[in-house]
Amino acid sequence: MSSNKKYWKSVEELNENSSIVETLKQNEFVNEIPTDEFLGDKETLEETSTTRRDFLKYVGFSTAAASLAACEGPVKKAIPYVVQPTEIIPGVANYYATTIADGFDFASVLVKTREGRPIKIENNALAVTNGNANARVNASVLGLYDSLRVQGPSKKGESISWETFNSETTQALTTIAAENKDIVLLTQTFASPSTSKLISEFKEKYGNVRHVVYDSVSESASLDAYQAKYNERALANYDFSKAMTIVSVGADFLGDWQGGGFDSGYSKNRVPDHGKMSRHIQFESNMSLTGANADKRVPLTPSQQKTALAKLYSQVVGGSVSTQDLPAHIEDAISKAASQLKKAGSNGLVVTGIQDVNAQTVALEINEALNSKAFDKAAPIKIRQGSDKAVAKLVADMKAGTVGAIIMSGVNPMYTLSNASDFAEGLKKVDLSVTFSLKADETAVLTDYIAAAPHYLESWGDVEIKKGHYALTQPTIRPLFDTRQFQDALLTWTENDASYHDYIKEAWGTTILGGSSFNKALHDGTFVGAIATETEDTTTTTEVVESDETEETPSGNAARALAASVKSDSGFELTLYTKIGMGDGQQANNPWLQEFPDPLTRTSWDNYLTISKVDADALGLVNTHVATGALNSNYANVTANGTTIKVPVMIQPGQAKGSVGLAFGYGKTLGLKEEMQTGVNAYALYQDFNNVQSVTIESAGGEHEFASVQLHNTLMGRGDIVKETTLEIFNTKDKKHWNAIPVVSLNHVETPVTSPDVDLWDEFDRSIGHHFNLSVDLNACTGCGACVIACHAENNVPVVGKEEVRRSRDMHWLRIDRYYSSEESFDGDNDKKDNISGLGSSLSEFGEMENASANPQVAFQPVMCQHCNHAPCETVCPVAATSHGRQGQNHMAYNRCVGTRYCANNCPYKVRRFNWFLYNGNDEFDYYMNDDLGRMVLNPDVVVRSRGVMEKCSMCIQMTQKTILDAKRDGREIKDGDFQTACSAACSSGAMVFGDINDKSSKVAKLKEDNRMYHLLESVGTKPNVQYQTKVRNTTEA
Amino acid sequence: MKKSYQSLEVNLTNNMIQVIYRKLTSNILHFGFVILLTFTTSLSAQEGDSAKGKSLFNANCAACHTLDKKMTGPALRNVEQRLADDEGLDREWLYAWVKNSAGMIKSGDAYANKIYNEYSGAAMTAFPQLSNEDIDNILAYTAEEKKAPVPVPGGAVATQTTETTGGISNEIILGALAILFILLAAGLFLVNKTLRRFASAQGIEVEEDSKRTPLWKAFVKNQFLMLVTAIFFLLASAYFVFGYFMQIGIDQGYQPVQEIHFSHKIHAGDNKVDCKYCHSSARTSKTSGIPSLNVCMNCHKSIYEYNGETTPEYSKEFYDGEIKKLYAAAGWDDAEQKYTGDSQPVKWTRIHNLPDFVYFNHSQHVTVAGVECQTCHGPVEEMEIMYQHAPLTMGWCIECHRTTNVNVKDNAYYTKIHEELSKKYGVDKLTVAQMGGLECGKCHY
Repeated sequence: MSSNKKYWKSVEELNENSSIVETLKQNEFVNEIPTDEFLGDKETLEETSTTRRDFLKYVGFSTAAASLAACEGPVKKAIPYVVQPTEIIPGVANYYATTIADGFDFASVLVKTREGRPIKIENNALAVTNGNANARVNASVLGLYDSLRVQGPSKKGESISWETFNSETTQALTTIAAENKDIVLLTQTFASPSTSKLISEFKEKYGNVRHVVYDSVSESASLDAYQAKYNERALANYDFSKAMTIVSVGADFLGDWQGGGFDSGYSKNRVPDHGKMSRHIQFESNMSLTGANADKRVPLTPSQQKTALAKLYSQVVGGSVSTQDLPAHIEDAISKAASQLKKAGSNGLVVTGIQDVNAQTVALEINEALNSKAFDKAAPIKIRQGSDKAVAKLVADMKAGTVGAIIMSGVNPMYTLSNASDFAEGLKKVDLSVTFSLKADETAVLTDYIAAAPHYLESWGDVEIKKGHYALTQPTIRPLFDTRQFQDALLTWTENDASYHDYIKEAWGTTILGGSSFNKALHDGTFVGAIATETEDTTTTTEVVESDETEETPSGNAARALAASVKSDSGFELTLYTKIGMGDGQQANNPWLQEFPDPLTRTSWDNYLTISKVDADALGLVNTHVATGALNSNYANVTANGTTIKVPVMIQPGQAKGSVGLAFGYGKTLGLKEEMQTGVNAYALYQDFNNVQSVTIESAGGEHEFASVQLHNTLMGRGDIVKETTLEIFNTKDKKHWNAIPVVSLNHVETPVTSPDVDLWDEFDRSIGHHFNLSVDLNACTGCGACVIACHAENNVPVVGKEEVRRSRDMHWLRIDRYYSSEESFDGDNDKKDNISGLGSSLSEFGEMENASANPQVAFQPVMCQHCNHAPCETVCPVAATSHGRQGQNHMAYNRCVGTRYCANNCPYKVRRFNWFLYNGNDEFDYYMNDDLGRMVLNPDVVVRSRGVMEKCSMCIQMTQKTILDAKRDGREIKDGDFQTACSAACSSGAMVFGDINDKSSKVAKLKEDNRMYHLLESVGTKPNVQYQTKVRNTTEA
Repeated sequence: MKKSYQSLEVNLTNNMIQVIYRKLTSNILHFGFVILLTFTTSLSAQEGDSAKGKSLFNANCAACHTLDKKMTGPALRNVEQRLADDEGLDREWLYAWVKNSAGMIKSGDAYANKIYNEYSGAAMTAFPQLSNEDIDNILAYTAEEKKAPVPVPGGAVATQTTETTGGISNEIILGALAILFILLAAGLFLVNKTLRRFASAQGIEVEEDSKRTPLWKAFVKNQFLMLVTAIFFLLASAYFVFGYFMQIGIDQGYQPVQEIHFSHKIHAGDNKVDCKYCHSSARTSKTSGIPSLNVCMNCHKSIYEYNGETTPEYSKEFYDGEIKKLYAAAGWDDAEQKYTGDSQPVKWTRIHNLPDFVYFNHSQHVTVAGVECQTCHGPVEEMEIMYQHAPLTMGWCIECHRTTNVNVKDNAYYTKIHEELSKKYGVDKLTVAQMGGLECGKCHY
């Protein structure tokens, strides 16, 4: 039946006189077709003699020729060594112990090298101190192969030779010394006994030398407080494994607080053992990794933190401290925390991240009063030595023109100083400026000489991480470029012919080793001295500090001063912080770290202003999802003392009302690829080295695109995904109350899903040989993400870039899901979901549950391929590219895969990743697999996947196979602990345990029988080989 | 670069024939030499057995000395004569020098110190274990006249003759047969012609059979036959096309020309050098490793010329030239007996190429399983030019894994698993496949 239907093209047509409709009637295409662009150039068109037919002939011929040529195998060359180094066997990895000390990260690590190329960083089990690599340290190996490194010394942009550099700088230094002008060494914290010695020799030679230590993210207040109290410029060292009650006021000690490295100790007491686990209370404004792991988290603004700490002091230690009143729930939390601390006594510990001498002193005093066992006064931390005042004085001196020479190493003040313009102005007045740098960065380009510095994997060095705890840095590869380290230059300037290696060896022999073998220390990478050596080069910085240091504080003075210093401000309080992925920004050109999703916001390739929902609503700032699901946001203008920056906004559950947060490390402009020039530079707001700034915020509109890998924030009451319970229930009730096995109905009888009766498949007998299992303890996991980067490095996981992450095409084989509760707790979510009834209620309440609570509970869950024994992916692959091994691993044969992606669709865990593009050797993805240098980091034992192929976690089959082969070759049985995956080996908190469950004595076999064990989505019946241990929260109030 | 494939079988048989003949001729030559030598020794005034001397020389002296060339120590041909003529030193001096050279240097002997300084202070190892008689034997060996170069053509001529004789006999038979057939055809033609002539002479009409349709037309008209033929041709071409595509990328027999002509036949075959002496990482690593040049120089420092059997194609000069190439690559100055430091890595053309997505580990097969290198690499010890023996296809791997038993002897790793698995499968010995050696992920990751 025909009808006169009218098809509407747009609403505009309703308007009869619309000009738009009229225009469109005449035009088929809204936009003009750009024919001019390719036909406009008449000349070239006429000149060319190629007809269309000819063109097609050429195309046809070349295609045919190319396909014919493709039939011939390529000729490959094999070039052996002329003289093969005895320690290298091609195809076998060598490991070297070394130490990273880049001024921000200090850790003793093992470096895996293949055919002389460092390819991976691993934890150094022999190291007592800081033997664990965090995400940044794991990623640091890629920095070695950075194509933008400075490849040789240069003078004002012209490359010169080292001989020229040496003679010219020595001459200049001598002249400046003769003129009696200041020579300043502006360096990172080296914490290096040999470097200190060298610098003092340099001082002796040139006289007017000042060594200014500059930490881009300052710990000056803590150093000052510790120095005032214990007469040593160092940071208080806490052994969290000895603390059962931890109260932290604004200290992100699982992040980079005091140089980091506390997470493994912390995790030890987080796993309930004989019914006991530690209790952790966190007072903070930004939602930090530490706060996310706390049993109880109290959001409060930075100024309230000061008051809270003062109150805590008065309640724990005593003494009257007049303080402002805080909201009742905070008051309540403080008094409960205080009583728990008092109860814990020497098992208690208080830490604070407030950058204020009084606040730090108060924390020290509380720990003194508690007689805290965790407080290790014998071995304070030496890895931050910077002094804000010395740096400020230096900038002033430079502007005044009294500085004759400035030699910088490991610092980038033009990027990290809030008053960078002052520094630049001062730099112009300096006669000689030299930067030892890996990059032509913001500072280096302004100095006279760029001295190309080697990466730490090419350098010698030593570090005193904690007092008496030494570590050695040794080169793991010959310098890739024409580089010299700062210390070698110091040796040249002091006319010392020794190499820095010999220098260290000699210095260690005389002062540190006390008769022990240097080679053994070098082999171990670490040495704990019997006697702590006297230090060293803090004289100049100390002077400055002492000049205006507060007098000895009698009991309670600091707390009173702290309480008094609280100013009530009407604006927002901004807390500047460092992200676990980017730190202080040294490694901003590292694509692994750029793509590493922040553990909390799950956003990569960006920094942003974290703001609470309430404040965002008040300011009219929104986060929206676009059609692809990707997250967009408004910009906000953040102004502190007249400096304004425009930042995208991230609404952060748990952010204290009235406070905002912003991460350092982004917004670099020089020395990094265009792709990595992300985010904004927060150092601009880091005025007076104070990480808390009073700011005003206003909406700047606009639309910013975030690249988030997780777009749904809550569990929607599905408590079986992240199972958790409280310590009380865990201790008192039977497993079925808190970790019940799901049941399904079989002939109207409820049957547990583990029963073979309800299984679709016949079970394969896996009792013979190895059967691998990976256990993930949700209690011990802090969400730090070291495993994510370790997995990247081990398995050649490509970096896809911001745009592709926005399209949810990220390639991480291992992700750490982060969930917020939408009620006060996850239990609340579960109850709410269970009580939903009827259409109206489900519509409204499910909607509500999509939003996180204002102060949510947080759960982290690392998810990788679960290696299901009854894997849904295997049954749907049309070409049998994925199949199951007897050892429990789900195999993926890339060469067989045709890319139907059925497997990914059928995977309930969504762990399979598809290669949408060729990520290596492709200019569109110019990260690290696109240049010969970057490709040197690739693991030769794992194939680099091509376009159109599905990939996923293999449970590091290359590592398990190697372990088996080594045992076969030695003719021995395999011990528990020999089997490792990249993630389990990288896990410093012991959350990930890998092994063979057929070895009944193995750790993982015991964990499998543990009451806390559950499988992810057990009700699906996939029988995974990855197990999770139920999270237990210690909610016991005093 | 094109791959040069040669017809291997022909080549191999030829080589074998050559070997036999060359051995024969060289044996005759050797025999001749021995006779000659016995004469010279008996004629010479010196006593001493040069044959014994040769073995002593090779055992004790050859590391530093050769007869005709300065190495770590001086060349020793006619050393006694030379010393007597130039320095006036007798055999007693030589006895003393060999037994304790350091002592003589210390004692201030003039010539001892001269030679010590000439060789930049490298003292000769003392050989107190050598008796005077031994030294006599060695000196007898050094006093031998230099051998004339082995006459090369002998073997080659012999080979050629064999080849030609074989060729001729075949051709004669074939030729004879051809002539026979031609004669037969001519005969038949003549008979036919004669018969026709008889017929026409006698007026008999020979019936021309022109009404029948030709066979091909009948064939074309028969649709069934056409269909069957078409199907046959389609299937046949599909078979060949498939076969063609399946051999793409399989380089069995790939025998590229290398930068240095390295003969596995001479090294592994004639001299019986263990494969794993050079390819040492095959024991411990996934790669067998191409030996670095310092491994070559371990031997070739003293082996500076080729003295084995030669062929016209591969003459002594040719082989010596290849050793020179090695010296150039390793930066070894043969005249000065020292490294110049000016080295040039050798770019070998890789013969055995596995795709990147295949993981293969040599040590697994060589050390754990005890597989002989020849199992996969073929008769390497007979290869003058190395070629790829096995197809290196997945089918080939799997076939072996299906049929080979796991070598579990004296290996504690296998004890438990083998016991349990063999019980499960009810077999005495497990194959690699039964151990899980066919699982995809064992080789593809």
